[in-house]
Amino acid sequence: MPSPIPSEVILEARDLTREFDGVKALDKFSLKLHRGQVLGLLGANGAGKTTAMNCMLGLTLPTSGGLYAFGKELQSHRIEILRRANFSSAYTALPANLLVWQNLLVFAKIYRVPKPKERIAELLEMMEISHLHKRVTGQLSAGESTRVNLCKALLNKPELLLLDEPTASLDPDIADKVRKIVLRIRSELNCGILYTSHNMKDIEEVCDHLMFLHKGKVVMEGTPKDIVERSSSSTLEDVFIKIARDGEIVDETAKKEEVAP
Amino acid sequence: MSLHVIQALVLRYLFLYTRSPMRLIELIFWPVVELVIWGYLTLFIQENTTGDFPRIIVFLLGAMILWDVIFRAQQGVAISFLEDVWTRNLLNVFVAPVRTIEYLAATFCVGFLRILVTITVLGLVAGLMYSFNIFTLGWALLPFFMNLMVSGWALGMISTALILRWGQAAESLAWAVPFFIQPFIAVFYPVSAIKPEWVQTISWALPPTHVFEGMREVLKTGVFAWDKFFWAAGLNLIFLTAAGMVFFYMLTLTRRRGLLTKFATQ
Repeated sequence: MPSPIPSEVILEARDLTREFDGVKALDKFSLKLHRGQVLGLLGANGAGKTTAMNCMLGLTLPTSGGLYAFGKELQSHRIEILRRANFSSAYTALPANLLVWQNLLVFAKIYRVPKPKERIAELLEMMEISHLHKRVTGQLSAGESTRVNLCKALLNKPELLLLDEPTASLDPDIADKVRKIVLRIRSELNCGILYTSHNMKDIEEVCDHLMFLHKGKVVMEGTPKDIVERSSSSTLEDVFIKIARDGEIVDETAKKEEVAP
Repeated sequence: MSLHVIQALVLRYLFLYTRSPMRLIELIFWPVVELVIWGYLTLFIQENTTGDFPRIIVFLLGAMILWDVIFRAQQGVAISFLEDVWTRNLLNVFVAPVRTIEYLAATFCVGFLRILVTITVLGLVAGLMYSFNIFTLGWALLPFFMNLMVSGWALGMISTALILRWGQAAESLAWAVPFFIQPFIAVFYPVSAIKPEWVQTISWALPPTHVFEGMREVLKTGVFAWDKFFWAAGLNLIFLTAAGMVFFYMLTLTRRRGLLTKFATQ
């Protein structure tokens, strides 16, 4: 998959540290997300991915460090930034007893989407779920719910999109559709996407750049191919397991450079 | 503050209520049951007492209806927040461009709408069954109503702040908080009936006390007690500001501790 040329930085974390009862969930974590880039955050459970994402959404305040989106400090320009961003997570839901169109209409109004009904119809068609328009949200399958959540996340044509495990609990067919949708969104909206997943197929197919987190620190980063090569592993999944179990990984490229005269 | 956002959030609650008839029953069923019980008690007392008392005793019905104004306004704020928690929608709202003040304003509107539904039904039932016309309070009804609604909003913010502090385990506070103050705000009896006497000082410090005392005065003398109205309004201003500060403080604390996401996805 061709990587787009990195352009404007739309999200930046600088030395972000977040402590919970003296334990560092994030330790001087830095990140730059460019427009048009899909950046994957990887790590075992408790590595700090969710904390990082929550800080970037303003849901958790960092202990120290800075967060900037579109060149502006997040906390002091929160509303302005959130109007240009959106979020979808496998762990949130839309009110179950509302109809799909009702849920989407409410968020369309919150995001001040012009011609909301047309936009909703367009997105439902894009996700191939137009037939769910009048269905009760709580009666949808996991795959349908995920796609409705994605519709919600795309209502405002976000320039910055945060996706937290969008393919969690989906069957391979729907997961594949979701991955294709994410790539389509990126090319159509030219937005920056921050993506977390435990599904390595997702990561390989969707992400241009990866950051492996362990105990709140970035232990490795690069393109998926680059990371596999540098760690002398056969797959990204091997890299994931090594990092999750050992906490760090031998970067072969760096080692060769050190040995070279 | 954006009216657009408030309108959207209120629309969501309207969708929720129209799609859940059980919620409408909750708005009507319990208040009507309470009214019927108090109504029969009032009739019984009226039939078995003499002098001015039978006329004055109708304040029990007025008190019951006005108490519901506080309770419904409080529920509008606290239950609206809990609805978002129960439906795991809280994160969607908090990561949307919604200011906390807009979120609160929407819950205030929901409280107002809940009151309108309940009061209309109670007013009709009281009129039809007990010939009690809530409008015998005359135009005094409006300032009483407003004051009690503001007290309910303040209690709603306090309830929500406590739920934010202690998590979903404390959600029963959404129903309990108004009843913490009910014995002291002289809903069904005058302040002078509250003993020991020093507790009366606490009663007078609570805004609804002045409303209920004022209501009894209107029913008894037909004269609107301006002093009680101003006391209620002034105290409400202080209570609403204090409750708002407590709510904002708890929300910031929850964010700082990183508990908002856990709370919203548990």
